[in-house]
Amino acid sequence: MTTAPPHPSGAPPRRRGETAIELLIWLAGISAIAIVALIFFFLLREGINTFLDIPLRQLFGVRWYPIEEQFGLMPLLVGTFLVTIGAVIIAVPLGVVAAIYLGEIAPLWLREILKPLIEILAGIPSIVLGFLGWVALAPIIQNAGAPTGLTAFTGSLLLAYMSLPTIISISEDALYAVPKEYRDGSLAIGATQWQTIWRVVLPAARSGLVIAVMLGIGRVIGETMAVLMVTGNAANIPNFGLSMFFSPVRTMTATIAAEMGEVARGSLHYSVLFGIGLILFLITFTVNWLATRLVGVEGARRQQGGRL
Amino acid sequence: MRSPIHPLARVALALLLLLTTGAACTRSAGQTASGGEQAIQNKGSDTMVNLALAWAEAYRQQSPDVAIAVTGGGSGTGIAALINGTVDIANASREMKESEIEEARAKGVEPIEHVVAIDALAVIVNPANPVSQLTIDQLADIFTGRITNWQELGGDDAGIILVSRETNSGTHVYFLEEVVRKGDAENTDIFAPQTMLMPSSVGITSEIQRNPYAIGYDGLGYVTKHEKLIAVARDAASPFVLPTVESGADGTYPIARDLYMITAGEPSGAIADFIAWIVGPAGQQIVADLGFVPLSQE
Repeated sequence: MTTAPPHPSGAPPRRRGETAIELLIWLAGISAIAIVALIFFFLLREGINTFLDIPLRQLFGVRWYPIEEQFGLMPLLVGTFLVTIGAVIIAVPLGVVAAIYLGEIAPLWLREILKPLIEILAGIPSIVLGFLGWVALAPIIQNAGAPTGLTAFTGSLLLAYMSLPTIISISEDALYAVPKEYRDGSLAIGATQWQTIWRVVLPAARSGLVIAVMLGIGRVIGETMAVLMVTGNAANIPNFGLSMFFSPVRTMTATIAAEMGEVARGSLHYSVLFGIGLILFLITFTVNWLATRLVGVEGARRQQGGRL
Repeated sequence: MRSPIHPLARVALALLLLLTTGAACTRSAGQTASGGEQAIQNKGSDTMVNLALAWAEAYRQQSPDVAIAVTGGGSGTGIAALINGTVDIANASREMKESEIEEARAKGVEPIEHVVAIDALAVIVNPANPVSQLTIDQLADIFTGRITNWQELGGDDAGIILVSRETNSGTHVYFLEEVVRKGDAENTDIFAPQTMLMPSSVGITSEIQRNPYAIGYDGLGYVTKHEKLIAVARDAASPFVLPTVESGADGTYPIARDLYMITAGEPSGAIADFIAWIVGPAGQQIVADLGFVPLSQE
């Protein structure tokens, strides 16, 4: 019976169905690549004039004042960099520690409560958080001694909050993926729970943690509405020092959002805004590429039986 | 069990229908919509958006068959929309730029500007700030960053926080030309880089309200009792004048400007009637009620 061919009348439609599903899956996979490629070429087509028409020295100038044709991108790059660095410094330790607590220490019942709550956090629209930051967070920062409440740090705080769910969820998955035998083995040879976490579980989960951090950074760099509302939007390069986090800055995303509505199609300003989009695209692309590379090296090392 | 249309296809069809009707709705701007109702699309200056809404509401009561849809976004946004043919009337708190006029003509649109009201631009600070009067020269020095401490102006020893509208705002351009550059076409000064650019009027007033060392500017109609008005003098020899409806109308307040409605070509039909009503007594009464300066009636 087992070697008998399948029902003759049933076989062709099923196989046809399978082909259709395979085709659909193939299309879904290809479309992701195709859409990214299309976005890239669209950005390139609209933004290429930025790099052809404006001398590089002016493009990396310090003054952004588009209605007078001053297209210095430095203040915007610095603004995005400051806000991102601040957010990463706040969010990465917090996120990883929260994931360790959730995955390794918290009792099961608490975990069952916390995990869905963190996922809800990810669903809050950024404009809502931006509004919250504008009415609630900014006055606190100003009262704490900053010249104004609308600063790079205000943006960093909000973005850290926004990227936390991503970082926690993915870090927690990475910790979960570490085989139970590692922990058992470590505890069996007399290591404490802390030593087990720090010396065994974290190194074993490193590649996943790197992805978590990179995806968090991606979220931070690309975020627009919240930073538009709380960073003050001054295209200024603050003086170097700790105080630069407490000055208003203008990020690349906020610049595009604030100026795209008004700009005349096909003008130089228009293509510069797309040029900024292109730069953002390349930055996110690099971050993702770095992430895959780091993880790739890690994976290969582990396969060769290297140190965990 | 098998329906002639696949459920997914039905969803797609519904979406398509929705999209096409949506497109049809935007197309019908300025033309007679179903039921003999006239629709006028009006977009532009954020300074004028409250005014335009009040006009639209009052006009609706008088001519119920004309529906006027008002949106803001900034003068540049409104003018761009007029050039692209998506609105019937653009609101602008500045004159059209040469480049915009050329662009409009290239698309076969001859823009006509109609002065509909006058706006006194108020310079505002936090009520806790002791400074209460400034000359245009001082304002230019403040906003270009040549003066950075309130002490130099007789105030506290604290840094000046500059607040402005975004560059797509007609208010920004007017303030740049008339105050930062003191009306001198040769002057190429621009706002100091540390100027915070706010996407809305509310952004400016809220920063002024909570920051004792911030200074900004906004249309007189948007100033509330939570901000302090600065009396402005044309130069050191002139008197300091507070912005009011009267000082804006008689020209003694130095920073007052015309507000425009721009149409594509000479308006006709419902649009012409609407604009005629605005510059008439009924429309201008609303101008005065909202804290703007009405046009003189003669």
